[in-house]
Amino acid sequence: MDNVTRLGLYKTMVLSRSFEEAILRDYHADKKPVWDIGAGLIPGEMHLSAGQEPVAAGVCAHLTANDAVTATHRPHHFAIAHGMDLKLLAAEIFGRETGVGKGRGGHMHLFDPSIHFSCSGIIAEGYPPALGQAFAFQRQGKDSVAVAVTGEGAVNQGAFHESLNLAALWKLPVVFVVEDNDWAISVSRDASTSVRSNAIRATSYGIRGTRIQDNSVEGVWDAAKTAIERARAGEGPSLIEVHTVRLWGHFEGDAQAYRNDLDTLIDPIPAYANQLESDGILTPELAKSIAEDAKARVDDAFEYAKSSPFPSAREVGKYVFA
Amino acid sequence: MVLIDTSSASVSTRRLTTAKAMVEGISQEMERDPSVFVLGEDVGAYGGIFSSTTGLLEKFGPHRVMDTPISETAFMGLATGAAVEGMRPIVELMFVDFFGVCMDQIYNHMAKIHYESGGNVKVPLVLMTAVGGGYSDGAQHSQCLWGIFAHMPGLKVVVPSNPYDAKGLMISAIRDDNPVVYMFHKGVMGLPWMAKNPRSLGPVPEKPYEVPIGKASVVRTGKDMTIVTLSLSVHHALDAADDLAQHGIDCEVIDLRSLVPLDREAVLESVSKTGRLLVVDEDYQSFGLSGELAAVVAETDPRLLKAPVSRLAIPDVPIPYSRTLEYAVLPTMERIVSAAKRVMA
Repeated sequence: MDNVTRLGLYKTMVLSRSFEEAILRDYHADKKPVWDIGAGLIPGEMHLSAGQEPVAAGVCAHLTANDAVTATHRPHHFAIAHGMDLKLLAAEIFGRETGVGKGRGGHMHLFDPSIHFSCSGIIAEGYPPALGQAFAFQRQGKDSVAVAVTGEGAVNQGAFHESLNLAALWKLPVVFVVEDNDWAISVSRDASTSVRSNAIRATSYGIRGTRIQDNSVEGVWDAAKTAIERARAGEGPSLIEVHTVRLWGHFEGDAQAYRNDLDTLIDPIPAYANQLESDGILTPELAKSIAEDAKARVDDAFEYAKSSPFPSAREVGKYVFA
Repeated sequence: MVLIDTSSASVSTRRLTTAKAMVEGISQEMERDPSVFVLGEDVGAYGGIFSSTTGLLEKFGPHRVMDTPISETAFMGLATGAAVEGMRPIVELMFVDFFGVCMDQIYNHMAKIHYESGGNVKVPLVLMTAVGGGYSDGAQHSQCLWGIFAHMPGLKVVVPSNPYDAKGLMISAIRDDNPVVYMFHKGVMGLPWMAKNPRSLGPVPEKPYEVPIGKASVVRTGKDMTIVTLSLSVHHALDAADDLAQHGIDCEVIDLRSLVPLDREAVLESVSKTGRLLVVDEDYQSFGLSGELAAVVAETDPRLLKAPVSRLAIPDVPIPYSRTLEYAVLPTMERIVSAAKRVMA
């Protein structure tokens, strides 16, 4: 793995975190003194991805805009890593007409056909549409792949199992990604899933399964490289499960009283920075400049979003039908 | 209202069953457009349990006519994903009653993506599904349920009652850039293994043609009352109208053909003339099509009515198995005649 690639992974993670920190700041800024989920410049549920950046960065490093990603209710890190325009993303979250969905979608429903990106707020239900995108790529003679993401809380849904079987049966160019952050809102993985690793389940469907235990971006990158190359070469689907970490609440406002692991969490970004520094690839100065660049891009995007118009209420019925 | 002149079908003397007309529509579109493909349970070698895909596998091969595992969520979502990428899937849900195992893919994904994307993503697909009872298939295989699909924003819903419309609406549905739910009643298909009404065999032009989605058809003109209905009940209503004519009651019968968009103008124009409205619906009565049509008149001008709106729909019970019970709830010709006489009383 070359230095440019390693630095690239780091930059993607920093940009993603920078975006989430800005959302965190603005989301809570105007919900005081009485916290109201529906109030403020960013209303509604907000599921932020801090801690899970290695998964998105490691997978999406192998993708181009011609490849599809279906993400989850916690989608920002994948949207950013797959190259969604930060301005369109921010404007959507701020509910503006200039957003990627013209304010009709919101943070759990981001659709950007220019990079074949979508997400679903319904657990596991982003898998089946990814099969269809992969099917279309196959039929259209393209070497594009579809990456379908879920959390570990989704793996006991029918959609997960139906999709693994059908993808294997039809040898579709899909890479299933399971972000195992240990928690399905407040229910732990151990309290909901009968097996330790979903790689086992992949194997049982005739799919190549890998579990990465340490939230390592380079481990994800390696596994994704193999999986995506295989998919492009017509060798069928793979599943990659990553034991990652949810640094913040399930959604903003979640007090996480149910959690006993908060003291043990390792933030993957400083951890990777240390690794790159000890390998002589990153210096404190370079790290600072990467963080500043990321912040500048996020600030630009937020400025664009906040200065954009809201959708007109007169046009609420627009786009129900094509 | 635009009256669709189905008499143009009379230039063709060739007669097809509804099932064959439907398949011909699919086949002609598959020849014209390589992005059209068919998937579902038993759509291949079997040809569709209700003959909706007969012969397509032989003609187009397993690459374009694909049997799926019994995994409705997976293959319904696959259809949506393929449509997003520019293909035009026709996905069959064998019985509409099975929607419960895959409704999330239908109403949360297929139906909403275009809206949520601010119009940037289109989902051009046809979800075809068999509806209706009358042959003792019990509560889980006999429902119509079109009211549920029409209730959800983002789905067009078409319900052909005859061979001519079946072909034309199928072609329109395939060419439409939206998800279109195409609901065919088993009793209108002209299947050799099920009692069929005489109109399940009818003239169908060989060339491709469209029947516009969202346009009702006045299938019988009359001056005393308007019977608005759809699907198999159109035929029962026409039979009832013949009977009622002998009792001096002159009925106009409207075949809605589409529920979304709903041709409100056609209903209002007819009710303006007759002053009486009987809705005949093989779906459940409460919170459904019959109430919607009553509201169309009430919201526009209740003074159009000389008599209260009347509804003949499935009373709010599951479709029973035993013949005596099932036929006590289905909108049969006899029950339509009785309901119409009550409206005129």
